[in-house]
Amino acid sequence: MKYLDEYRDGRLAQRIVKEIERKVTQPWVLMEICGGQTHTIMRYGLDDLLPPLIELVHGPGCPVCVTPASILDRAIELALRDDVTLVSYGDMLRVPGTKIDLFSAKARGADVRMVYSPLDALRIARLNPHRKVVFLAVGFETTAPANAMAVYQAHREGLENFYLLASHVLVPPAIRALAASPENRVQGFIAPGHVCTVVGCADYEDIVREFHMPVVVGGFEPVDVLQAILSLVTMLEEKQPAFANDYKRSVSYLGNLEAQRILEEIFEVADQPWRGLGTIPQSGLRLRAKYAAWDADKVFDLAAPQEEADNACISAEILRGLKKPTDCSAFGGVCTPESPLGAPMVSSEGACSAYYQYRRHGLVAIQ
Amino acid sequence: MNSFTCPLPALDAETVLLGHGGGGKLSADLFHNIILPAFSNSVLDKMDDQATLEIGGARLAFTTDSFVVKPIFFRGGDIGTLAVNGTVNDLAVGGATPLFLSAAFILEEGLPIASLQTIVSSMQQAAQRAGVQIVTGDTKVVERGSCDGMFINTAGIGLIEANLRLSADQAQPGDVVLLSGPIGDHGIAILAEREGLSFETDILSDTAPLNSLVAALLATGADIRCMRDPTRGGVASSCNEIATTSGVGIQLDEAAIPVRPEVRGACELLGLDPLYIANEGKLLAICATEDAELLLAAMQQHPLGAGAAIVGKVTRANPGLLTMSTSLGTVRIVDLLANDPLPRIC
Repeated sequence: MKYLDEYRDGRLAQRIVKEIERKVTQPWVLMEICGGQTHTIMRYGLDDLLPPLIELVHGPGCPVCVTPASILDRAIELALRDDVTLVSYGDMLRVPGTKIDLFSAKARGADVRMVYSPLDALRIARLNPHRKVVFLAVGFETTAPANAMAVYQAHREGLENFYLLASHVLVPPAIRALAASPENRVQGFIAPGHVCTVVGCADYEDIVREFHMPVVVGGFEPVDVLQAILSLVTMLEEKQPAFANDYKRSVSYLGNLEAQRILEEIFEVADQPWRGLGTIPQSGLRLRAKYAAWDADKVFDLAAPQEEADNACISAEILRGLKKPTDCSAFGGVCTPESPLGAPMVSSEGACSAYYQYRRHGLVAIQ
Repeated sequence: MNSFTCPLPALDAETVLLGHGGGGKLSADLFHNIILPAFSNSVLDKMDDQATLEIGGARLAFTTDSFVVKPIFFRGGDIGTLAVNGTVNDLAVGGATPLFLSAAFILEEGLPIASLQTIVSSMQQAAQRAGVQIVTGDTKVVERGSCDGMFINTAGIGLIEANLRLSADQAQPGDVVLLSGPIGDHGIAILAEREGLSFETDILSDTAPLNSLVAALLATGADIRCMRDPTRGGVASSCNEIATTSGVGIQLDEAAIPVRPEVRGACELLGLDPLYIANEGKLLAICATEDAELLLAAMQQHPLGAGAAIVGKVTRANPGLLTMSTSLGTVRIVDLLANDPLPRIC
């Protein structure tokens, strides 16, 4: 398949690995921000191919993992109302709130529906004028424009039974928080290709200047990720931290201006709680006052957030790149995808899930 | 960044979730914790797709399956064709010649009679194609809202040759894994018709009776250890089950697994893995390595096996695990899914 097979080419991958081996002379800790990249690394065993001097740690770029339990509680509370249809992307349905998940709410009679696009949620609202249709809008700069467009459309059509329950997070503030943390070990970042497709590269150039760390935009196929690692290692070895875009087939310097315009029209930047990381200033998006009529948080009277209970889960350290899933005493024992202790084990993009799914046993390679 | 805790979810184990019907780990848990303890006996405990019964010197295969597919009409078939082919296939993969089927209908008040007529007629055509007769049945009607249009249960019996032993516990290190054609067609055809997943595709369900293909394979005299029709849960679930039951490892070769470009495209787009997607007319066979080419040739000569391929091998290493060699030469686990495969966000 064009644009996929060439980036999964085994010989090309081996050539890049050889080049990395040639360049590397000392240990480097690199973080891939996006959970899609973590998934690729584990699925293709890229960490096994790389020289042992390179350590990959996994970043907070898994939308399911960093969505706070409190928003799921609000979604579940809404879903359980008789007059509400709660619409969401599939993998949010089994992320636990403080008590239950949306699947369990559905089993208890809630009207919960799964879609691929918020525009499908709009369609459900048009077809069911007597129901209040709430779309659970989570994710990074990648999912935000489509959600903004849904609100824009609802506004234009005068659709009065559609609402957005929004918990959008922004990547650059999270990278800054990680880089500025006194316990940070990361020496170079692979920036999330899809996010940059939307917002462009300027913010990531600024991060290089602020922290003197290299940042390389990477794609999601194995050859993309290896190429980004090669660029980072080259910059680090030559002591020339810089910004580079290694995902040019998708990312332009300015990004998608149309998407940025609709984001600016509908949302404003606000402080945002991150599951596992706490509240990071100016790291989220909320609906502007002009669109309050479509803001589920403003329209519905929702209960105050519950306290989150402590447990053995070390996802906060994992999301900050301080530990690996296999460092956790609960990993694969008490904590599995069927009974997850934390969100990184729930989402297919979560680091714990990727380790569990592909690598939990000492595998014997068979030729 | 001061609050570094993660909440403990209280899992709602007291209600049945949709995932319990997905063919993955939750389904296996339900079977092992609730069903098997209640009914345990030497026939059921073998956990094959069909029960093998010795009655008066004859060896009978007996199986049942319920069909709740939504929507009831889809590209390439309907709930009726599925109900006949599904039961025929469960019998056939055990090496049985399917003979007689039952059909029980649960109909929702308000279902157009014309829909029922169409479905019954496609059942008759499917039965004819498979060479079986529907000899007994039942009809119930439930109130509007109590079922989704219609559900069908079919049961079937067939005859097994006296010396044939096909079972999930027969795979041996060195054996070879064969697939009769491209995977994932049925699941993607159904997904394309679901509400909220509006994408257009020409993919048809692969629903088909496998008994004539199985008969052709058995006629070669090849040393076949085990066969499966990888429906719910896909090839990944069938191979995991065989690996666990036989206490061996199974390693698939990613590059060798046949997948139509349209199915692959849909899976890439939706974030799904074709290995977990349902098939309704594909055969997975495990045979002794020396007979692999013979069996492959026999598959490829049959119309339902034209796209057949050797896709993997049975190993002593990694017992109980299904693994996959990737295009990069690395190896990864292909685990049972905990739930239905769900689309990713981005």
